[in-house]
Amino acid sequence: MGLPVEQILIQTINGLVNGMILALVASGLTLIFGIMDVVNFAHGELVMLGAFVGATALGVTGNFWLALVVATLVIAAFGAILQVSTLRPLLGRDPLTTILATFGVSLVLQKYALWQWGPSARKLQEPISAQFSLFYLQYPWYRIATAVLSAAIIGALYLFLKYGKYGIGIRAAMQDRVMAQAMGIPVPLLHTAVFAIGAGMAAASGVLFGPLAGVTQTIGADFTLRAFIVVVVGGMGNLGGSILASIFISLLEAYASLIVSPAQAVIVSFVALILTLLFRPTGLFVPTAR
Amino acid sequence: MLTLSDVHTYYGKSHILNGVSLEVRAGEVVGLLGRNGVGKSTTLKTVMGLVRPSEGRVTFEGREIGGMASHRVAHLGIAWVPEDRRIFRLLTVMENLRTGLDRPGVTEARRAELLDKVYASFPVLAERRNQAGGTLSGGEQQMLAIARAMMLEPKIILLDEPTEGLMPRMVGQISEIISVLHRDRVAILLVEQNVPLTLEASDRVYIMEKGVVRHHAPAADLRANHAVIHQYLGV
Repeated sequence: MGLPVEQILIQTINGLVNGMILALVASGLTLIFGIMDVVNFAHGELVMLGAFVGATALGVTGNFWLALVVATLVIAAFGAILQVSTLRPLLGRDPLTTILATFGVSLVLQKYALWQWGPSARKLQEPISAQFSLFYLQYPWYRIATAVLSAAIIGALYLFLKYGKYGIGIRAAMQDRVMAQAMGIPVPLLHTAVFAIGAGMAAASGVLFGPLAGVTQTIGADFTLRAFIVVVVGGMGNLGGSILASIFISLLEAYASLIVSPAQAVIVSFVALILTLLFRPTGLFVPTAR
Repeated sequence: MLTLSDVHTYYGKSHILNGVSLEVRAGEVVGLLGRNGVGKSTTLKTVMGLVRPSEGRVTFEGREIGGMASHRVAHLGIAWVPEDRRIFRLLTVMENLRTGLDRPGVTEARRAELLDKVYASFPVLAERRNQAGGTLSGGEQQMLAIARAMMLEPKIILLDEPTEGLMPRMVGQISEIISVLHRDRVAILLVEQNVPLTLEASDRVYIMEKGVVRHHAPAADLRANHAVIHQYLGV
């Protein structure tokens, strides 16, 4: 029995929307890995904290977009403090030390969120309640806006890295940290700035994700796991690859959920991860210029 | 301008520099000769802040720079062209140059002047400005490495084996750019295996052996008397 075309199209849109939110998380994670060689196990917790800070700011201001900006800036500043206090002293040591440190930070942040905001799920009120007809569905415009906004943030990051004064410095440091520093680029400062950018992007995705599902102190682990899958599939430290892999993995899951339950559909991303590690461990979307 | 006094450095437990002392004066080209593994490149890395000296002093214009972070060393006016070039392979030629150009205080007019100057010395870089650094030939990468250092408008360039593995035509071009920098009063500390080029390009020459400076003389003296070169380098 074939699948109706409408269902396939709906799942394509769902996959793209989820893929763009995931890309926002994964691009920060891959940027941090690319420049510092730090595997940030607390990245999902930055998404979670962003969502909670966004919910609090929304409660105070009543304006979702303002809450999005506030949460992004607050978590970016928090990320900078976290990098200086926790990761900077460990740079250059055995990678295991930074893995353990970020894992420890993730546990602390989870417990802090439980203490601060309690165990019950919070749902942010979506700023756009309008819907449009998509075959037999009423599809929320907010989901489309989320994908567009995520793409805009990623696009701005791309333009900054491609043409910006500090963007070129960041890309140089991602390729050769020692030479970049010898060219006068303040690499330790860039590390902090990149961690702050990654944290801010994670927070933005947390706020955007807030209206789509409940926010609890445990949502970070799921984001971390999914972001790691796309970062590995896309190629560690490869920004473009991570974005493509986010969309690829999310579309795979969306199509799989046409056949099996959404919970089971997650398995396909693990299958993609294992196949990538087995047959193309450098990632599916590695840069061409060598 | 640049002075090393009794500098010792270690890689782990290996004692690489055993008390190196040398001096480079403003606008001077100083050659540093020696067989492989005597510590020539480590001397440059120590100046650049990439290796911390365990003893001794490294001063630049009277200021202690031993162990200073390398981006601060670069800000003082010291540029490094490493032996293996270390081009940013995924960045275009222009982006490689911008890593040195995008510093505070460089006006648009000055940027244009600096670019014109390197493009005049290395026309091939102008032709390939939008090409990824990793796709250039070895000689072109060496030109880019020197051009990139020139973007910092340094007072001294630490040049590590710039002609290694290059065709004779390219060697001539590198020799020419050393002359241009010399005329512009940029000091150069030149580490080379190419003895004739070093003696021709340098004002003074230091010869290293086993982590220390064994001999020091004006290049003209060594050109006139090859016995010393033969004694230490066997050529």
